[in-house]
Amino acid sequence: MDFLNAIVALSNFVLIPAIAYGSQLALGALGVTLIYGILRFSNFAHGDTMAFGTMVVVLFTWWFQSMGITFGPLPTALLALPFGIIACALLIVGTDRVVYRFYREQKAKPMILVIASMGVMFIMNGLVRFIIGPNDQRFADGERFIISARDFKEMTGLREGLAIKTTQGITVVVAVIAVALLFWFLNRTRTGKSMRAYSDNEDLALLSGINPERVVLYTWLIVAALATVAGTLYGLDKTFKPFTYFQLLLPIFASAIVGGLGSPLGAIAGGFVIAFSEVTITYAWKKVLGYLLPDSLAPDGLVQLLSTDYKFAVSFAILVIVLLFKPTGLFKGKAV
Amino acid sequence: MKKMLMATAATALMAGGAMADEIKLGVILGFTGPIESLTPSMADGAELAMKEVSDSGKLLGGATVAPVRADSTCVDAGAATAAAERLVTAEGVKGIMGADCSGVTGAILANVAVPNGVVMISPSATSPALSEAEDNGLFFRTAPSDARQGVVMSEILMEEGIKEVALTYTNNDYGKGLADSFKAAYEGMGGTVTINAAHEDGKADYTAEVAALAAAGGQRLVVAGYVDQGGAGIVRAALDMGAFDSFHFPDGMIGQALEDNFGSEVEGSTGQHPGTDSPGAAKFVEQVGGAFDATSPFTPESYDAAALIMLAMQAAGSAEPGDYKSKVMDVANAPGEKIYPGELGKALDIIAGGGDIDYVGATAVELIGPGESAGNYRQITFKDGKITTVKYR
Repeated sequence: MDFLNAIVALSNFVLIPAIAYGSQLALGALGVTLIYGILRFSNFAHGDTMAFGTMVVVLFTWWFQSMGITFGPLPTALLALPFGIIACALLIVGTDRVVYRFYREQKAKPMILVIASMGVMFIMNGLVRFIIGPNDQRFADGERFIISARDFKEMTGLREGLAIKTTQGITVVVAVIAVALLFWFLNRTRTGKSMRAYSDNEDLALLSGINPERVVLYTWLIVAALATVAGTLYGLDKTFKPFTYFQLLLPIFASAIVGGLGSPLGAIAGGFVIAFSEVTITYAWKKVLGYLLPDSLAPDGLVQLLSTDYKFAVSFAILVIVLLFKPTGLFKGKAV
Repeated sequence: MKKMLMATAATALMAGGAMADEIKLGVILGFTGPIESLTPSMADGAELAMKEVSDSGKLLGGATVAPVRADSTCVDAGAATAAAERLVTAEGVKGIMGADCSGVTGAILANVAVPNGVVMISPSATSPALSEAEDNGLFFRTAPSDARQGVVMSEILMEEGIKEVALTYTNNDYGKGLADSFKAAYEGMGGTVTINAAHEDGKADYTAEVAALAAAGGQRLVVAGYVDQGGAGIVRAALDMGAFDSFHFPDGMIGQALEDNFGSEVEGSTGQHPGTDSPGAAKFVEQVGGAFDATSPFTPESYDAAALIMLAMQAAGSAEPGDYKSKVMDVANAPGEKIYPGELGKALDIIAGGGDIDYVGATAVELIGPGESAGNYRQITFKDGKITTVKYR
């Protein structure tokens, strides 16, 4: 019984939140890694691209809610998702036409593109705050729980509760679908293959007749979809506030770099590595160990490696360690 | 009595010569910065008291009182000190109603008020550290110290039979000060604080913080945070994960938003915030009418702070801070006739006639220890999803 309690407590406070957070990071990191692989620069505006897409989803969700359209037990935001993706795609394809294409034609160094993306970041940052304001916005609706802690305790008679939020379930399901679609697209379709070819060797790809502008366009479209989906899932699960999306940039980049920039598989692995490290290192193990160990060994202290204040420091530390010992990341991405 | 009369007469003469016309009082509040939404009505409250006294024409034989506003910024000690310096040296104020936030209040006190010998009465600085600040008897506050709130909180929890709590606070001067004073008081009464952890405001996700709090355990979770900031995030995550189902909320958490967001989910939770059922509060609202928001936080305290300065001047028969600083405690506390808002003219008459007053004001002022409000708290509980008053203490 104690063993079951320990497992349930661990799932409730560590595994489930970390899996949901990891999925959100993985989707974000996929966007970053695609841009790095194909367009060859680190896109600092990615966090705010997510914020913009999510903002459109939030606005459409409110509009649907005001008209009485709902999605049954699921959040209305899922219905609004396609509109968010379209708006986000329009914005970043427009940005590419106005900003990035200019530098691409100049064959500018990646560093110049990075700095340009920082400028784009500030503009998007301001745009989102201008439209929806800097505050928290709530847009989640539908059933809140797949199973709530109280119901679980009643069902099983265990002392520990297990809560799975609807948004956590949706996050994982949607992330799996999105990743499956992406890999199918990259590996099976003609356009996907041309994107990979362009990423592997630009000159060779151009010689074989691949239209670079087309590849770039498709990349941005996919990135817009990934960013909006990632942002919406994060907002549904937690809360939508423009500034937190800007802060997400650090763990997202950490995920992409840990996995290996340019490697989609690495981005997913990196997302989960970062999420699990952040959660397990700042978790206080007192309760779980108290169940597992005999009474004489049960810890008095909290058995917490780092205070939760240092959550972001964990991403940083992992980033530094990976860059020192395995600069190309776990999945052999491009050298940074 | 004869001496008293002579003294009054002498002061009246002096007043006639030196300062019959106008006494300036500083109003230093954070008109810009994190509490800029509260300060306009605080300043209005203080200026209402000054206008009332000026209109009565009874202060020191007919002197009028003019407010001079300055910006404390709430967070920038340098800017606040410069503003206060200007008030004292250039404007020649005889007392300061302010400052507002604990940090800048301490800075102005140490850098301007004490060196220049000017009296300061703060309506809203609640940090326990200010009780021990070196002030030469010049500093008072009509807001209670959070040390007091820590004791009140502990008493409530003990009466409820709660012996073990987890504690989380917002990571700033307010949260840390309150958490420390609560922890000391609670442990002094035999309670156990299983964990004392900070949380940052403005984050999207508090599951990691709640996981640590849940691991430590406790009968109740004490959330010393802000209701529209991280405090609400902590409560939401704790409820969602089934970590805690009852809470204790100090003043920063009590608000309409708490009831709207959580309501019946936190049934049986308790809390307290400064409040009084004294008739003074209602009289203050009545006096203000619709001129500004009289129930806004710290607005009645501001009225009381300004009133105390002027009543002390009358009692000392002098507008000089060095003379009237020792009278502030006398006019604020018993014995004497109770004075409510709108009765400042009457109070000035009584003092001029040699009588004694006990200023009650809008917030049931009672100054204790080093010159700070004893503090009246409203104890609340969640019943049927609503915040309901248990009692005042």
